[in-house]
Amino acid sequence: MNRVIEQQYNNKFKEVLLLGNDWKKYFRSLITPFNVIAALILSIGIPLTVIRFTRGIGAVSNLNDTNPWGFWIGVDVLSGVALAAGGFTIGTAVYLFGMKKYHPILRPAILTGFLGYFFVVVGLCFDLGRPWRLPYPMFVSYGVTSVMFLVGWHVATYLTVQFIEFSPAFFEAFGWRKIRRWAVRLTIGATIAGVILSTLHQSALGALFLISPNKLHPLWYTSYLPVFFFVSAIVGGMTMVIFESTISHKVFRHQIDPVDHLTLKEITFGLGKGASALLFTYFCLKWVGVAHHNNWHYLNTSLGHWFLVEVFGFILAPCLVLFMGFKRMNLTMVRTGAIWTVLGLILNRVNVSIIAMNWQRADRYFPSWMEIMITITVITVGLLVFRFIVNRTPTLYRHPDFLNEPDH
Amino acid sequence: MEFKTLQEFLTFTKGQEYLIAIGAIVLFSFFWFLLDRKQQKQK
Repeated sequence: MNRVIEQQYNNKFKEVLLLGNDWKKYFRSLITPFNVIAALILSIGIPLTVIRFTRGIGAVSNLNDTNPWGFWIGVDVLSGVALAAGGFTIGTAVYLFGMKKYHPILRPAILTGFLGYFFVVVGLCFDLGRPWRLPYPMFVSYGVTSVMFLVGWHVATYLTVQFIEFSPAFFEAFGWRKIRRWAVRLTIGATIAGVILSTLHQSALGALFLISPNKLHPLWYTSYLPVFFFVSAIVGGMTMVIFESTISHKVFRHQIDPVDHLTLKEITFGLGKGASALLFTYFCLKWVGVAHHNNWHYLNTSLGHWFLVEVFGFILAPCLVLFMGFKRMNLTMVRTGAIWTVLGLILNRVNVSIIAMNWQRADRYFPSWMEIMITITVITVGLLVFRFIVNRTPTLYRHPDFLNEPDH
Repeated sequence: MEFKTLQEFLTFTKGQEYLIAIGAIVLFSFFWFLLDRKQQKQK
């Protein structure tokens, strides 16, 4: 009897893993242009990973004691965490504020958030170098006076929270009804925990830079940094969801209910409107930051001009594009504004952590090609894992066997 | 305390921040009015 049950589980597992194909057919289906490009990237990225972990950080990066934080922190960690904020933003909108119209994009947003955070940790491992010491702040050596301690604990706990939020999709894929029901009961609690954790660690990432008033350029250094990081992360999360849902609805078109295709338009406009209003608020807050320290005279310097490019070109401009897109009900404009905002957010994090950092020093940091390649590899693996999970779980559609079951 | 310029006075009293905040609230109200009018029309 046990053997029969075991056989059934094995068959189900194989069916989910190979998408109903046999091994030969499955491997043949893997030969696609995207996979070929991904394989090329990995063929460079994997040897670089081996070099980094066997020969040390100096073998692959231009980081040094003056510039210990570089491309990996600016892009992988700071931008990665901010762009993964869509999970808690949409989760809060749907479960806590009752905005049910955003429900179709909830699971992909949570999955994007979960994978975003997971690969932030992977990216951080490249920087830290000793992944086996990651649990140290959790169990061995508490550093309760450090902002980094808060960030470490929060990322770990929030990853768990997002796993709980997304787990019903896994249980539906395998048909585990009882355990799904148990996981679904945790949803509201997990969402509330997610909001608390995200609010604190998104702003704590900005607070990390409060320790460097003499290193960070005065136009970027402000005591409002935690507020800026938090507000911009919400905008980044919302616009990333627009970007991700646009791509998903094209790539995984066959999986999506035609009704959900139609509602995506309305959802995109709703998110675009919200992002536009938030960007406007963020734009005004940036000026409060300049006024707070009376840093107006720095505006007419070369880095001041760069600050103006960020504030007008990557905050106000996408804000107006999203505004016009919503006013004219132009989907392309809203999507353009969303991508623009995502780029602006990455630019802001790179400015804070790299360009405006150590601005008075002669030995400025510029990332090596290997650092950039490792980041591209991490993003590529993230995309492959996202596709792997979306193809195997009911992420973009409702599982027909669970239509009448509650989801929270 | 004497202030030679308006900017000195505003810096001391944090008036610059209040002015920006008040300006932002007024502008945001107008911005939101324009943004929301479209939705009201649709309804």
